[in-house]
Amino acid sequence: MKLDAKIPAGPLAEKWSKHKFNLKLVNPANKRKYTVIVVGTGLAGASAAASLAELGYNVKAFCYQDSPRRAHSIAAQGGINAAKNYQNDGDSVYRLFYDTIKGGDYRAREANVYRLAEVSVNIIDQCVAQGVPFAREYGGLLDNRSFGGSQVSRTFYARGQTGQQLLLGAYSALNRQINLGKVKMYTRHEMMDVVTVDGQAKGIVTRDLINGKIETHSAHAVLLCTGGYGNVFYLSTNAMGCNVTAAWKAHKRGALFANPCFTQIHPTCIPVTGDHQSKLTLMSESLRNDGRVWVPKTVELAQKLRKGELKVTDLKEEDRDYFLERKYPSFGNLVPRDVASRNAKEMVDEGRGVGASGVAVFLDFAEAISRLGEDAVRAKYGNLFDMYMQITDENPYKQPMRIYPAVHYTMGGLWVDYNLQTTVPGLYCLGEANFSDHGANRLGASALMQGLADGYFVVPYTLGDYLATIGPKAVDNSHPAFEETKKSVQERINKLLSLTGTKTVNEYHRELGHIMWEYCGMARTEEGLTKAKGLIRQLREDFWKNAQVTGTNEEFNQNLENAGRVADFLELGELMVDDALNRKESCGGHFRLESQTEEGEALRDDDQFAYAAAWEYKGDNEPEVLHKEELVFENVKLTQRSYK
Amino acid sequence: MSGNMNLTLKVWRQKNAESQGKFVTYKAEQVSPDMSFLEMLDVVNEGLIKKGEDPIHFDHDCREGICGACSLHINGRPHGPKHGITTCQLHMRSFNDNEIVVIEPWRASAFPVIRDLAVDRTSFDRIQAAGGFISVNTGGVPDANSIPIPKVVADEAFNSATCIGCGACVAACKNASAMLFVSAKVSQMALLPQGQPERYRRVQAMVAQMDAEGFGSCTNTGACEAECPKEISITNIARMNRDYFNATLIKNEE
Repeated sequence: MKLDAKIPAGPLAEKWSKHKFNLKLVNPANKRKYTVIVVGTGLAGASAAASLAELGYNVKAFCYQDSPRRAHSIAAQGGINAAKNYQNDGDSVYRLFYDTIKGGDYRAREANVYRLAEVSVNIIDQCVAQGVPFAREYGGLLDNRSFGGSQVSRTFYARGQTGQQLLLGAYSALNRQINLGKVKMYTRHEMMDVVTVDGQAKGIVTRDLINGKIETHSAHAVLLCTGGYGNVFYLSTNAMGCNVTAAWKAHKRGALFANPCFTQIHPTCIPVTGDHQSKLTLMSESLRNDGRVWVPKTVELAQKLRKGELKVTDLKEEDRDYFLERKYPSFGNLVPRDVASRNAKEMVDEGRGVGASGVAVFLDFAEAISRLGEDAVRAKYGNLFDMYMQITDENPYKQPMRIYPAVHYTMGGLWVDYNLQTTVPGLYCLGEANFSDHGANRLGASALMQGLADGYFVVPYTLGDYLATIGPKAVDNSHPAFEETKKSVQERINKLLSLTGTKTVNEYHRELGHIMWEYCGMARTEEGLTKAKGLIRQLREDFWKNAQVTGTNEEFNQNLENAGRVADFLELGELMVDDALNRKESCGGHFRLESQTEEGEALRDDDQFAYAAAWEYKGDNEPEVLHKEELVFENVKLTQRSYK
Repeated sequence: MSGNMNLTLKVWRQKNAESQGKFVTYKAEQVSPDMSFLEMLDVVNEGLIKKGEDPIHFDHDCREGICGACSLHINGRPHGPKHGITTCQLHMRSFNDNEIVVIEPWRASAFPVIRDLAVDRTSFDRIQAAGGFISVNTGGVPDANSIPIPKVVADEAFNSATCIGCGACVAACKNASAMLFVSAKVSQMALLPQGQPERYRRVQAMVAQMDAEGFGSCTNTGACEAECPKEISITNIARMNRDYFNATLIKNEE
């Protein structure tokens, strides 16, 4: 298989405009003859479904939640980047492009990233027109703040709830189309498989989560906007229901999965308290604008703190090590996420961690409170401080927060070309679910940007080209492929329901999470990864023998839902390990201990690994086949990232 | 508080919308005060699954207080005893050792029970679809800074926009009225300049759908505001009533 990214020719800044002109159009009167399936209703899915319906296509949208508004984009806190340069501080489309490529440690495609930066300005206009209440200055104009990995203020925000407000904007656009009858919304429906006819995606199989009904839906194209797979680690900042199932089923039907080992560990999350923990809560990166990260200077002091012999507020200034400011004077606390996370881990490994478990560092607002006043800090971060207080029972206005890295985002995902089409014609992938824009590390406030860019401003153009090519001839679900796929879905459900072992699905999930975090987390080695591969295989085999799944298919059965998702994670985990083993270099969030600079930073190997690793599924328990998309950098010079 | 607790749970169990429900008593043992309420239920469910019994079904997703999925009526109060938080943010340190905890679903005819503690809140979506939007298509909109909005107005609109659509206001109301929810969305858009062209059409459409769904009337009791996890103000209801009244006077709007 030859991977063709279909990157348009010509200068970087002209690629997208030229490409848009070259794409085929569907006549307005013909658009209503096409049906498009959109799976997932987060920022990417809701914006795509609404925009396509506005153009005149018939859209069927699906989500597993009880309402499209609850997709996990809702939980994004800090903000959304856009190269508006409203602050007159030297921002530009090119700078946002450059920061994103560099932040991703040169493992993303130039053309895609440039387009992302280019359309970022339209996103803000669109959201404001929808009534999204972004933060404003007293003069009535939009306010900005800065985020990690950049030296300009280009982040638009709505207090600490930017994702919520953007999603409610996209949800309102979606609602308008539901009201007009152009979108048919299926809530509490989980996509169980993709249906392909002659190698093209022509529909999906779903399960109605309330009554277990397995249904088939046909369409001219299928868009997967199903988010990331961070829950493979069990504990993450993802919602409980976030899963890889849709993307994984597509992978098994022929869509290549790219860079699965590229996962983002977010530096500022509330630390784990015990085995009962079901998820981790993020404290927005925006806090690093005013919060200072530190640990005690010595192991002895850290021990005293942990034992409670010393109070954090008693620790003198000279006994504190503001390690990010010390090591990275120019970016300080605002270094990119991968760098901040690795440094926190290093401190904990040295024995200077804090909190009862010793697995945390401080994020301190004392200086900001004395500089700005408590009220100003409350106005900026009030909801985050409240959330922290709820969870930890500690007051961050009076003592520093305790934070530690946690799995937050997955840069890897289904491989897509410039048009966001996977290797299966007619099957598209948008938002976090694809691999395209963030390389080996995503910058803060760029996920919202990418989800909305894909949904509002990319796929409405590129999809038309495909639809115009295949023509409006209706596909109906009486084709035998639909019945066959449905049958395989039913068989898998029956197999799950036949499991009457002794271990709960959650126990398997937790164990998988431990393996992934230990061996495929913040630091990875050949030895550890090899061990993990064996452990995951064992665990997967054991799951299919000893797991316990209760109830029946024909009812609301959350245990069964969870079992299907965990079964897929048990397969994905192994591919992530394979990918991490293959990539012997370090880059961004992928840190191979064998490949680091003298200063302990990620050391890339551009000669060997300047490619996207796209994996092809070959059958259950068969090794996947690696395909390489060489990354060509015509505009930026590959350098060792430095945030000093 | 330190040390683990033992609790008695009285949980509403109901197989599906058609069947009769009943309270079933469970023991929750060795509960850590650091657990969230939902994590406590997870542990109870793990025990039930190991015995081959059906776990307690409840809606939940983000577990950080923003998606609005979780919806438990705990000891007679939506989202439990603490003010201004959702069930998923409630921690067991808010309970005492040996306490009896009664857990029910939201109760309202417009929110039929799906199973156990999970209810159908699609009526909320239908109200939003009736008019909770500003009619702009993707593209072709003005530059974001060409619409200056005074900070106080933007902040007030934001306060209304923080509603998470959980339905606690309905569950708290003796009439099962959805006025707080509907008025929050109406207000957000009525306050902003972008929302003006459809202001009166919107409020009429949304109120009509709210009535059609079978939600009760508002009698200004204020339980909704008291129980709202996002502290949405009851002044939104006054604003909506005023707009609704104006809408009936204005014949030829927009």
